[in-house]
Amino acid sequence: MKEDATLHAEPEAGAGRRALVIGASSGIGRALVRRLAAEGYGVAALARRKEELASLREECAERGTGEVLVFSHDVQELDEVGGLFERVVRELGGLDLCVFAAGIMPQVAEDEYDTAKDAAMIAVNLTGCVAWLNPVARLFASQRGGTLVGISSVAGDRGRTKAPVYGATKAAMNTYLESLRNRLADHGVHVCTIKPGFVDTAMLGGADDLPWVVSADTAARRILRAARWRVNVRYVPMRWWWVMAVIRAVPSWLFSRFRI
Amino acid sequence: MVPTDRLSASPLPASYRYVEAWGMNAGHLGRVLEPRSVTEVVAAFELARAEGVTLGPRGAGNSYGDASLNSVGHVLDLRGLDRILSWDAETGIADLEAGVTIEALWKRSLPDGWWPAVVPGTMFPTVGGLAAMNAHGKNDYRVGSFGDQILEIDLVLPSGEVRTCDRERHPALFHAAVGGLGLLGCVSRVKVRTKRVHSGELWVRAISVRNLREALEEMEARRDCADYLVGWLDGFAGGDGLGRGLLHEGRHLAEGEDDTPERSLSVAHQELADSILGFPKSQLWRVLRLLNHDPGMRLVNALKHHSGRLEALGDRQRWTHAAFSFLLDYVPNWKWSYGRRGRRGLIQFQAFVPHEAAGEVFAGLLADARSADCVPYLAVLKRHRPGPFLLTHALDGWSLALDFKVTPQRRATLWGVTERLTDRVLEARGRFYFAKDSLLRPGDVRRFLPPDALAAFAELKRELDPEHLLQTDLSRRALGDVCDPQEPCSA
Repeated sequence: MKEDATLHAEPEAGAGRRALVIGASSGIGRALVRRLAAEGYGVAALARRKEELASLREECAERGTGEVLVFSHDVQELDEVGGLFERVVRELGGLDLCVFAAGIMPQVAEDEYDTAKDAAMIAVNLTGCVAWLNPVARLFASQRGGTLVGISSVAGDRGRTKAPVYGATKAAMNTYLESLRNRLADHGVHVCTIKPGFVDTAMLGGADDLPWVVSADTAARRILRAARWRVNVRYVPMRWWWVMAVIRAVPSWLFSRFRI
Repeated sequence: MVPTDRLSASPLPASYRYVEAWGMNAGHLGRVLEPRSVTEVVAAFELARAEGVTLGPRGAGNSYGDASLNSVGHVLDLRGLDRILSWDAETGIADLEAGVTIEALWKRSLPDGWWPAVVPGTMFPTVGGLAAMNAHGKNDYRVGSFGDQILEIDLVLPSGEVRTCDRERHPALFHAAVGGLGLLGCVSRVKVRTKRVHSGELWVRAISVRNLREALEEMEARRDCADYLVGWLDGFAGGDGLGRGLLHEGRHLAEGEDDTPERSLSVAHQELADSILGFPKSQLWRVLRLLNHDPGMRLVNALKHHSGRLEALGDRQRWTHAAFSFLLDYVPNWKWSYGRRGRRGLIQFQAFVPHEAAGEVFAGLLADARSADCVPYLAVLKRHRPGPFLLTHALDGWSLALDFKVTPQRRATLWGVTERLTDRVLEARGRFYFAKDSLLRPGDVRRFLPPDALAAFAELKRELDPEHLLQTDLSRRALGDVCDPQEPCSA
């Protein structure tokens, strides 16, 4: 797949609209912020790392795109969420799109059963997601509009030997997002579950033997397109859909022999 | 007094969301404080004071306009105070926290043979909201408003004091706070009486009327014997048929008339069906959406009128209390047929006009609306009587409620037209009802409420809420000159 260096943004697509990206300092989240800003969205970027946020803001300013508001926040700090959410929406002047892109995937050895490590994954990937998307869902339901995007993973489709808890958090996220979708459908709110395959980000840990690796920017472009088209569940790239359809169909007794 | 056992150590629950007028014609993003106890209501006042912001009290948000919005401060959502504190099946007296809904009340009282003495056209409002608005029902001409059924209320004053008022204790405050829009103190408890009923059903008779004059005459003739009277009018009809429509007269069953009262009084018997001919009612608004334009609503109104003529030929029928009282709940979320996004929705213009002038004024309103091409999609006629409350819409006369569709394109035109309608009503010494209002201009209130009533209200406001912590978009718009912190008006 040809990777494009430019953003190919549609500058009018986001004019007058406001987006919030949680987990914006790197990877898909960062690419989403750049693209949303280029499309004219007012963007609020949330992440833990202040330096990364500052560089993201500078980068967007250099590109001449709209101002990006940055907020330093650890999604594990649940007590901060209510107040910060209010501040973000006030400063943006409203909210039309929210993407939860925060996630961690520490390396886990096949014989490792480290509860602390696993609990951290649950805290960021799942509890953080719920803590942020709950108030967003409430706001969107009350204004009868808005698009909510959760960056899940293909890893949530099956329980793999290499990532028991990472996969479990993503599976839980899928179910949570589906419930939100069904809850909010009658309120005109759209919930989009994104299941990326391999995206060229720090999370891959430099592995170079993986198939179908796409750049973060390509992933971001596909994600926003899926959100715009009101797709419910989208694999990125889309060919993962049939791959995962096959993998999901493999019976457990056989799957356990694959060691994947 | 409300028991204070529901204390919570956690901070005051709150959310940040879009707060909307029921008619979707106005709204704002804002922080909504969600107290679950009187202690937390007091905490909300302290928080507002500490932050230097105002508080707008809100119940179920069923007011059509901006009565429960506060776009420059926080909103105090009282639905969390939702306990039935006591229910006496012998006397029919219910002691309720302010957030208890009419739905919760009737579901509790009806199996014991009691029905709320006054209910609005929907069961979702809270009793606190009904008290603060002094709402009325289809029996206003007979038993008075919701306020007339209240035995006592608790107000949480901005000072933190909880004051119990009734017709003996603090009578001036009682008569100002009922219908006082929550501006003097936050209603936290309502003790209200209900009416003994011997069946879960009513006799309902339909009367088809060919024009407004006939509608008024028929209703007036039945005033002494009917327990409930309501008229629906076709806003699209003109000429000789101006004000044609269908009246419904409801009568309670006498003791013994219902052979199986236990069955009809059960909640299950009252529940409205979920579907019509197999079509889920929850999606019916989508069908109405397709008809929500002038030609479509002209058709719907005409069909209703003609089917009403057939209905009126038949004998009286038995309807359940819920079906008769809560006509607005028949199609869930029907307001969405007016559009759900982008400042679309509806406003209701409800004019209260003295008996003698009603025929002429209402004919004028309907004709004006038609000639201005702003035809109401729903028009409802009711009979009223005066009440003792300070800021009251009640009078010896009639009300006509007109639902107008609001779109961004039509908004300015519609507001212009309704201004003329407002003037017509005020010139006839008519009044307006704040729970429905979106239109009153500064100064209009002085044209229909007596100066001494307004002065007394302003005096109480100064005494109980000198910092003007309690404010709403409605109070700033319509009562700004009555209780403005900058310009206190002299008594």
